Amino acid sequence: MTAAVPKLRIRGLRKSFGDKRVLDGIDLDVMPRTSMVVIGGSGSGKSVLLKCVLGLIQPDAGVIEIDGQDVLRMRRADAEAARARIGMLFQNGALFDSLPVWENVAFGLLAQRRIDRRAARERAGEILAQVGLAASVGELSPAELSGGMQKRVALARAIAAQPDMMFFDEPTTGLDPIMGAVIDGLIVDCVKRLGSTAVAITHDMASARRIGDAAAMIHRGKIIWSGPASALMDSGNPEVDQFTHGRREGPIQMELRR
Amino acid sequence: MLDLLAAVGRASLAACRFTGQLAIFGLSGLSHLLRPPFYWRMFGRALLEIGYFSLPVVALTAIFTGMVLALQSYTGFARFSAEGAVASVVVLSVTRELGPVLAGLMVAGRVGAAMAAEIGTMRVTDQIDALSTLSTNPMKYLVAPRLLAGAIALPLLVIVADILGVMGGYIIATFKLGFNQAFYLKNTLDFLQPTDVISGLAKAAVFGFIIALMGCFQGYNSRGGAQGVGAATTAAVVAASILILAFDYVLTEMFFAR
Ligand SMILES: Nc1ncnc2c1ncn2[C@@H]1O[C@H](COP(=O)(O)OP(=O)(O)OP(=O)(O)O)[C@@H](O)[C@H]1O
Ligand SMILES: [Mg+2]
Repeated sequence: MTAAVPKLRIRGLRKSFGDKRVLDGIDLDVMPRTSMVVIGGSGSGKSVLLKCVLGLIQPDAGVIEIDGQDVLRMRRADAEAARARIGMLFQNGALFDSLPVWENVAFGLLAQRRIDRRAARERAGEILAQVGLAASVGELSPAELSGGMQKRVALARAIAAQPDMMFFDEPTTGLDPIMGAVIDGLIVDCVKRLGSTAVAITHDMASARRIGDAAAMIHRGKIIWSGPASALMDSGNPEVDQFTHGRREGPIQMELRR
Repeated sequence: MLDLLAAVGRASLAACRFTGQLAIFGLSGLSHLLRPPFYWRMFGRALLEIGYFSLPVVALTAIFTGMVLALQSYTGFARFSAEGAVASVVVLSVTRELGPVLAGLMVAGRVGAAMAAEIGTMRVTDQIDALSTLSTNPMKYLVAPRLLAGAIALPLLVIVADILGVMGGYIIATFKLGFNQAFYLKNTLDFLQPTDVISGLAKAAVFGFIIALMGCFQGYNSRGGAQGVGAATTAAVVAASILILAFDYVLTEMFFAR
């Protein structure tokens, strides 16, 4: 077990916007074929963390290793190749609104020229079914969907190419509880069946325990606790306890965010 | 006094930075044209948007310009009994100057704004980030096809504008000012040199590139929600219009100053 190389290894990751310090030395390991749940207050830098790994935000300092390879210090083409194997569900969906739903879902497959357009259309229908949407939804444009449906289409797009690492930024926010459970199941399925590695950000503790093997909490730019997801509710850490039980009193005081 | 100097200094630094960023952006967009893949679908869409859908606007502008030119030059030349020059004044002004410039300004307002708004919205809703997580380079996918389409579509539009502008002059001259039809046409063609038309089309290609470049650049670098996109849209139109007029002078100097 100790010999295993983490799928994702982050050390000392720092990022400030102006004089606002968002990430202040993040250390995180995600083992292959497991799923990691990241929790933390609103504005604590969870989305920024994922975007740093994806290369969408340039961190100020630190190490990000994917499969033991430092993506911040390798050749640009290699870094792009390493990152191309990560599927991402953006917090707001980020669907391409000039394209129909099916083309959104199959975008990655078409871009990698793995299949032609007709096969892509069929494949999109299958993936949409996995997230509980009829194939006919594929003909609509993203603007014609409800918020929850957009989220599911975005999820379908993130997993369509069966990437070996998947990032989910609040996959179940905005979904009804039953659909939330279905989506959680789908994420677990991707990890178990496809052997993918998942990192999910969530504010939903039920969902966190369903998805996560491991869990970590980010607070004030640092990981203040990490452990098995099953221990989230009784971690013994006062901050985590307050957060997971949603108490108003505790070590975390609501501060005005800058 | 020192404040003033500092302000001037800051403004010139900002101008230099802007020019540098724009040049890098444009060169990088062009370099993506040379390396596969090329997104034909996006190119076709842009060509349709810039060329075909601008036809009515450009056509109307050209016809009225031709008509006004005939009328104005007639009243002017009549004072020197030089009415015969009307035909050549119309055709030379339209092909060398007014066709490309007016078409450029109209298209800048129509297409430059639309491009900046579309790409800007994609930026602030994370769609551009989503592209790069789906194995697609946004510069190659969004920018390169539009630059090429701009440089091709505008000359095509200007050919139409040249013909319609001359036609507008012809209509006024023959139906209102009593010119002989065959005489007017002969005068038009006699004075026209191939270089007049070609230089106009070359200008148009440059203007089309400028319009697409400003639309893409402002959109791509927009920040901060709907307001940011609005600002980008305005900036794209203003900058494109000014650059068109400036380059018009530079190109005229190049073509005709001996
Ligand atoms: N591009 C940016 N420019 C400037 N500041 C940014 C940028 N992106 C994020 N921030 C700031 O970084 C901080 C963390 O943002 P982030 O989106 O990562 O929060 P989060 O943990 O995902 O919160 P939430 O749970 O609400 O989504 C915020 O204070 C935000 O203002
Ligand atoms: Mg977030």
